[in-house]
Amino acid sequence: MDLVLPGLGLVFWMTLIFSILLIILKKFAWKPIMSSIKEREQNISASLAMAKQTKREMEQLKADNEKLLVEARNERDAIIVEANKTKDQIINDAKIKAQSEADRIVENARLNIENEKRAALSEIKTQVAELSIEIAEKVLKAELEDKKKQSALVEQQLEQLNFN
Amino acid sequence: MCTINRNNFEANNMILRKFWEGRSSMITAIILLFFIVSFQSTIAQEEIEGSHHEAEQHSEKEFNAGELIFEHVLDAHDWHIADIGEHPITVPLPIIILDENNNLHMFMSSRFEHGHAAYDGFKLEIEGENKGKIVPVVEGTMETDSTRPLPYDFSITKTVFAIMFSALLLMLIFITIAKSYKKREGQAPAGLQSFLEPIILFVRDDIAKPSIGHRKYEKYMPYLLTLFFFILINNLLGIVPIFPGGANVTGNIGVTMVMALFTFAITSFSANKAYWVHIINMPGVPWWLKFPIPIMPMVEIMGVFTKPFVLMVRLFANMLAGHIVVLGFISMIFIFGAMNVFGGYGVSVVSVAFSVFLSLLEILVAFIQAYVFTLLSALYFGMAMEESH
Repeated sequence: MDLVLPGLGLVFWMTLIFSILLIILKKFAWKPIMSSIKEREQNISASLAMAKQTKREMEQLKADNEKLLVEARNERDAIIVEANKTKDQIINDAKIKAQSEADRIVENARLNIENEKRAALSEIKTQVAELSIEIAEKVLKAELEDKKKQSALVEQQLEQLNFN
Repeated sequence: MCTINRNNFEANNMILRKFWEGRSSMITAIILLFFIVSFQSTIAQEEIEGSHHEAEQHSEKEFNAGELIFEHVLDAHDWHIADIGEHPITVPLPIIILDENNNLHMFMSSRFEHGHAAYDGFKLEIEGENKGKIVPVVEGTMETDSTRPLPYDFSITKTVFAIMFSALLLMLIFITIAKSYKKREGQAPAGLQSFLEPIILFVRDDIAKPSIGHRKYEKYMPYLLTLFFFILINNLLGIVPIFPGGANVTGNIGVTMVMALFTFAITSFSANKAYWVHIINMPGVPWWLKFPIPIMPMVEIMGVFTKPFVLMVRLFANMLAGHIVVLGFISMIFIFGAMNVFGGYGVSVVSVAFSVFLSLLEILVAFIQAYVFTLLSALYFGMAMEESH
């Protein structure tokens, strides 16, 4: 019967010891342990939330960066295209200008040459005329030394005139 | 010898009845108890037949499994470690008794010389109805004085000593880890702390929170944790066969009764109005179940008391059964050894194997029973505070 009958002394001691154990453990063990665990859990969940937030921000930032990069790239491309266009323009302009300048120079040169040639030709003409006159004078002087000859010529000339 | 056997048989019967309240491990215990009982009766029978031609002292040396088991699972006034020949090695424990004149007597149990000496007007009964109790003696003799009542016994018995030891151990462990929580604030747990933290979190997240509710559980955590670890450490120390382990603390009805009463008291004090209304005047039940014969209130009021009673019996019976089964297997070696030496050797192999297996099972049971007791306590607290719906 002892097996199923609680002893008085045992119940007394058990109640006393268990109460003391409960009070001491509550004060010195469970309170600090539970509060530490809770604090740490809150810490962890706060850290996790912050990590998530930071990640989101990072992603946002990254997306912004990407956007900026794309924009910059587009702008760069636009600038390059613009610059190319300008360059071509300039080259073209320069070419046209150079062409016209060259044409002008060539024209000038041609005109000069023309002028020079004309001047030279007229000089040559004058000289040839002078020389011809001189030669003709000399021939005439030689031809018209005798009277007969002079009159024959005159007659001949006259005849020709009559025909005409 | 026969009277002892009958006493044991009655006690066994009593346990058997209790065991039906328990679980599957009980069934093994029952089967084994039947074995033990039948062995006892055969041995007793042989004794009666043999007593005609064999000397009287033989029966004193006869091995009695029931006696051995009960000596181990019952409370005692000294801590028996081993016997060398006829001389027992024990750790003496303090005897504190209050006699009928309210006089306090305090002395060590070694004064009784294991029941062979009287001291201060008392002796340790070793035979009969009051076996193991402290009884008054007729002055100057070893005769039991049946005219005087039994003294109130507040001795530090084996179980009380084991409770103190486990309480000190628990304080040491948990105050140490509370310190390491302070020292390593905000850091990951280390060492003993990392071993116990999952268990603490288990009690909090899987026992307290779902049973009591997320808002109110914190108030009950110290009790639930103390309860869980107290039961667990005593269950585990009970498996350790050597001093200071091996005491049958959680398999003692007094210990489980006190814990059940704590749960009962906390349940009753934290109960809200809805809880009492449900007991006295259960809503949603036909009136004729409450008047003129208050069947429902009677059932409900019984339920209030059966809850802690079941808590008490479950833990007690489970742990006691574990101890009895292991001791039963060990005893079988000596029972067979008494019949035949080689039989004893042969059975010892099986017995040791089964004892090891059962001890391992007991480790599992130690955790399960601590869990069940704590879980049910938490459930009762939760029920007492449930809002009316």
